[in-house]
Amino acid sequence: MAVRRLAPAEVQPKSFAFTAENRAWAEQEIAKYPPGRQASAIIALLWRAQEQCGGWLPEAAIRAVGDRLGLAHIRALEVATFYTMFNLTPVGRTYVQLCGTTPCVLRGAEDLKAVCRRRIGDEQHVTSEGQFSWIEVECLGACVNAPVVQIGADYYEDLTAEGFEKILDAFAAGRTPKPGPQVDRQLSAPVGGPTTLKTFERT
Amino acid sequence: MLDDKDRVFRNLYGLDDWGLNGARARGAWDGTKTILEKGRDWIVNEMKSSGQRGRGGAGFPTGLKWSFMPKQSDGRPHYLVVNADESEPGTCKDREIMRHDPHLLVEGCLFAGFAMGAHAAYIYVRGEFIRERQRLEAAVAQAYAAKLIGKNNVHDFDFDIYVHHGAGAYICGEETALLESLEGKKGMPRLKPPFPANVGLYGCPTTVNNVETIAQAPDILRRGAAWFSGIGRPNNTGTKLFCISGHVNRPCNVEEAMGIPLRELVEKHAGGVRGGWDNLLAVIPGGSSMPLVPAGPDQADTLLMDFDGCREKKSALGTAAVIVMDKSTDIVRAMARISYFYKHESCGQCTPCREGMGWMWRVLTRMAEGRAHKREIDMLMDVTQRIEGHTICAFGDGAAWPVQGLLRHFRPEIERRIDQYAANPHPEPVRVAAE
Repeated sequence: MAVRRLAPAEVQPKSFAFTAENRAWAEQEIAKYPPGRQASAIIALLWRAQEQCGGWLPEAAIRAVGDRLGLAHIRALEVATFYTMFNLTPVGRTYVQLCGTTPCVLRGAEDLKAVCRRRIGDEQHVTSEGQFSWIEVECLGACVNAPVVQIGADYYEDLTAEGFEKILDAFAAGRTPKPGPQVDRQLSAPVGGPTTLKTFERT
Repeated sequence: MLDDKDRVFRNLYGLDDWGLNGARARGAWDGTKTILEKGRDWIVNEMKSSGQRGRGGAGFPTGLKWSFMPKQSDGRPHYLVVNADESEPGTCKDREIMRHDPHLLVEGCLFAGFAMGAHAAYIYVRGEFIRERQRLEAAVAQAYAAKLIGKNNVHDFDFDIYVHHGAGAYICGEETALLESLEGKKGMPRLKPPFPANVGLYGCPTTVNNVETIAQAPDILRRGAAWFSGIGRPNNTGTKLFCISGHVNRPCNVEEAMGIPLRELVEKHAGGVRGGWDNLLAVIPGGSSMPLVPAGPDQADTLLMDFDGCREKKSALGTAAVIVMDKSTDIVRAMARISYFYKHESCGQCTPCREGMGWMWRVLTRMAEGRAHKREIDMLMDVTQRIEGHTICAFGDGAAWPVQGLLRHFRPEIERRIDQYAANPHPEPVRVAAE
């Protein structure tokens, strides 16, 4: 279990409301579930609220989502604190989620962690201009492309310490580097080309 | 080696078009209606005789699982739920299906839904897989636009598919925790019985299947059960996606026949163990929940990669995620990191798991440094056995087994570290147990 608490009151905004666009999107999301089962949409709505708030989930947003779905606030708070992808405190604009589970450790995740500590600081520390923060996460599910970090929606795979520094440099300069494997390989195929599916005709 | 023509995942590496046209060219959505016209019982029987066992870890026979659904609805709707919450360390196969061949999954959902009288399917994708989810949603939209699914579709079986997502909780891969999460609650497993086939999503009959299981169904039904059961060994039939990670020269995903020897799998597809086969220390054959198998002539050298083959070595196939560790690995630390994973991911519902996970991690962390007593090795083994089988779900077992595997095979290594530390104690005091 991870102990997770809401951000202190001084950083919490007073109120939260979905934008008109997100409100319309939420309607569609709720419609995916049978009538009376709108609670099912809570993860999707909290996620959208987190995106709207710049990557973290203030208490006001959690309460607003609970209200929208007709749930007691405690039910919404339970969900927000249970699922670890909900950031309960502010994060950097470039939010690095670094996989530190064994398959990535075997391929050098500790080196990447050292880069984060040196360039960004301690885990969950947001750099002064709000640009970067990082966190060690559990298995990201791209183990044959280890070590892996997730930045935003994208995975950066097959990293080395040097290559990872270049990626951070690019983000610092306002660019978004190309996601996926950072070595010469076709996604999860072996380096040097696939060993199978060679006789398969492509369309 | 498995022939290319026998492969189910013909776009595993994303070299071809993932969309409807590409999928059709690869054989998907061909004669779907003809197969559906053979009827519900025919489909379930065909799945049974194919011998396919679930690809998500537990290996439960798929056809049998489908047959547990009530034959007639008692007024409650039936649901198909697809488990795409792939988070087992070492495993990254469903990701490839969702982003490169999503129509296999979409068509498989239709077959599975039809076979169990379900008119709706929810696909629960793990939260981190944002791009994969977008790809899957695009494929579902294509299928709706082509009237392959939805109301009044060309198959005369109304069927809706909804893509749902989580937010980073490993436990939601447990089927009843997944259902809780899908209902908008914390992902805490339910007591069974009642089983989901009777009381599942929203209290209705539900079947939960893994992505790979469902994605193989169209090929099984189209090519026939005999084709599938002709691959592999009896009780371990068909093809399987293997994820080979860790200390190999070329880590990769590959589809192979069940029962392929581990050594052949690693050397043919992953370029061999780093530093040669003799440099192998141990391998975890089925994702982090399964006990490791050490190197050696009657261990990893002769390990056959299927359900029975792994069981012979006191491990299990799990998700077929092969984590290879060479002799440079600090094995105690590697397993302590796995224990940390389980400590982090325990839902906290059952006391043996909530308290035991952290306890095992702290003891293993000390043992990695040698800061322990030898009697604690037996105590640790005892604690794993008090967790195993004493929790609501299999998470406790899956966290206990890797530790048991370590103690079974690497006890001398732990004792060596304890001796070394005792002979040359570190000046710092031993850390207090509480975190």
